[in-house]
Amino acid sequence: MKVVAPKAAAEPKDEITLIANKWKMKRGSLIMALHDLQSRVGYVPRESAMKLGRELGVPLARIYEVVTFYNYFKLEAPGKYVISVCLGTACHIKGSAELLAGMEKELNIKEGQSTPDKEYHLQAVRCLGCCGLAPLVSVNGKVYAKLKTGESHHVIERIQIDKPMAVANADDLAE
Amino acid sequence: MKPEELEVKAAAELAKQQAFDVRLFACSSRGCQSSEALGVIAGLKAEIKARQLGAKVQVNGSGCMGLCSKGPLVRMTSKTQKDILFSEIKPEMAATVVEQVVVPVLEGKKIEKPGGDLERHTLDLNDPFFAMQVYSVLENNGKMDPEKLDDYIARDGYKALRKALGMSAEEICKEMLASGLRGRGGAGFPTGLKWDLTRKVQSVIKYIICNGDEGDPGAFMDGSVLEGDPHAVIEGMLIAARAMNATHGVFYIRAEYPLAVERVEKALRQARAAGLVGKNVLDSGWAFDFEMRLGAGAFVCGEETALIASIEGKRGTPRPRPPFPAAKGLWDQPSCINNVETLANVPSILLKGAKWFASRGTEKSKGTKLFALTGKSKNNGLVEVPMGMTLRDVIEKIGGGTDSGLKIKAIQTGGPSGGMIPEHQFDTPVSYENLQQLGSMMGSGGMIVIDENDSVVELAQFYLDFCVDESCGKCAPCRIGGTQMLHLLTKIVEGKGRAEDIKTIRKVAKAMQKASLCALGQTAPNPTLSAIRHFEHEFTERLLPAATPQA
Repeated sequence: MKVVAPKAAAEPKDEITLIANKWKMKRGSLIMALHDLQSRVGYVPRESAMKLGRELGVPLARIYEVVTFYNYFKLEAPGKYVISVCLGTACHIKGSAELLAGMEKELNIKEGQSTPDKEYHLQAVRCLGCCGLAPLVSVNGKVYAKLKTGESHHVIERIQIDKPMAVANADDLAE
Repeated sequence: MKPEELEVKAAAELAKQQAFDVRLFACSSRGCQSSEALGVIAGLKAEIKARQLGAKVQVNGSGCMGLCSKGPLVRMTSKTQKDILFSEIKPEMAATVVEQVVVPVLEGKKIEKPGGDLERHTLDLNDPFFAMQVYSVLENNGKMDPEKLDDYIARDGYKALRKALGMSAEEICKEMLASGLRGRGGAGFPTGLKWDLTRKVQSVIKYIICNGDEGDPGAFMDGSVLEGDPHAVIEGMLIAARAMNATHGVFYIRAEYPLAVERVEKALRQARAAGLVGKNVLDSGWAFDFEMRLGAGAFVCGEETALIASIEGKRGTPRPRPPFPAAKGLWDQPSCINNVETLANVPSILLKGAKWFASRGTEKSKGTKLFALTGKSKNNGLVEVPMGMTLRDVIEKIGGGTDSGLKIKAIQTGGPSGGMIPEHQFDTPVSYENLQQLGSMMGSGGMIVIDENDSVVELAQFYLDFCVDESCGKCAPCRIGGTQMLHLLTKIVEGKGRAEDIKTIRKVAKAMQKASLCALGQTAPNPTLSAIRHFEHEFTERLLPAATPQA
């Protein structure tokens, strides 16, 4: 399995209309629409949020109220490869904090930041549910499991080897 | 689909399965997928095809088979011999498995334990890890492909729904009440009672909601059930809907479980196409359908009123109860929220009877319980045990002690809401009441093993930090209390604490327990309090000497 990069961060203009059309007749679907948006663009850009709000008839303040509440939504464009270090309890017990610190040092960024070349984004996540394989990191959905706490540099090397040629397929909007 | 067609379908699928001499099941759940399980499946299929054994050997995906730390697991079943369970199989080993085991078995040889390269990739099914578990919710895992509806139907799937369609709502509630099933999300409210309360509320619209927001870090039972047996949860929800005359079903699943979401969506599409869900459920004239809603990384959304707010597309903040969701829930309509594992228990209770279910467990805690056994445990993974089994049996026999050989200090159950249970209390049988008495709780089923080298002070800090971060901020006791407690605890961890800090922690904790709006704040102090209760010396050892002047 290869690490797959999300689609380029520029979204076609009518994509938001498609998302809005898919959800606007369904009550309480703002979070679902935001999921659709983020899965396409990688984050929730302000302009997209404004357009989505207009199309859905939801004030921008309401959108930001939701986006800032939930950890899952990002307000800034992440790097191409999002490295999620699991900090769930099982991983914590097995030294994930040290692993994260190693990654920060290796990439020379802090948790929650992207490298200046926008290649990597480093984030801590709560639990990826693969606790039997702790400690682990996931990179754009691909999991690197049973890591040693001191081998952050190996992880980066493996990600570089696994970098793909292919680009992820956009999710199917037609439903 | 007409009800009788279920039997026809089941018989046809069974006949199809029996035509194969050997069936292989490779775990295709999240954990094993991350260790290239899909490559293993593809490799096995390619090898079988190359050897033109397609008529004799079937290759399937499967739900979680438990021992996640040794994945990918592959189970081989055959008409002529005992099952073999392979572990840590890599895609490039597929050919070896076929050559050294599958082919000889097809030739009529009996293989007790594969030799050569595969010897250390074979698990002993008589090992306590497998032998001491009692499978009920996980009964189908490793024996069917979760992505195939016919596989589920062949294993008595949707038979319980058929039975439920012939019963009155009241009868179903009574059966559930008699079974003694209690909420597996952790609080342990009797499921039959919850259903009956919702049933009694008169309303044109009623919701049944599946809580798949498993936010407890270190727990993965619900995700595994959704991935491994999605139809069982759907069937459980359909039965629940009949029991309370619900009109709409909603799945709320955390976005961090994309595979679970995908499996449930696929299962729903299959069930709709087969007429098991939709406008005319099993030709009964009853219409019922589901909607899917994703969480977005907020632990508090496991709390039912916060979950409802989230489904409505709002911030996931809880509200005071009453009114309980049974009276005023989603969109102000009566709603019933059940946990994934609870719902997965429902079909077999209805099919095999309340008595069968109640025959397992303790007086007040019936049936089986799933645990996610992790941390320093030797065997890491998903386990199902009957209620009433002692913690020691779960941790030392099924879990196999620690990997390192170090002594176990304690376990943490119930995640950030639970508590630590020290080793000398491991002879307690597992039940809702017992765990609560020990100052912990059943919780959803995370069970983290810590050894003598782990610091309980730091673990308490980890959990508190989690709760502070996840506090929605609506009520002051949780928002302010949590932050203050964390501040004091961090002081102690850093060696700057004083004896009165421990006292203050206890005081703040009490205020949070009494005054917080929802369970997150009420239970957030639990890990810290239980750590102080059982391991106070670890806290005092870190304090500043009493004579040190104030900084």
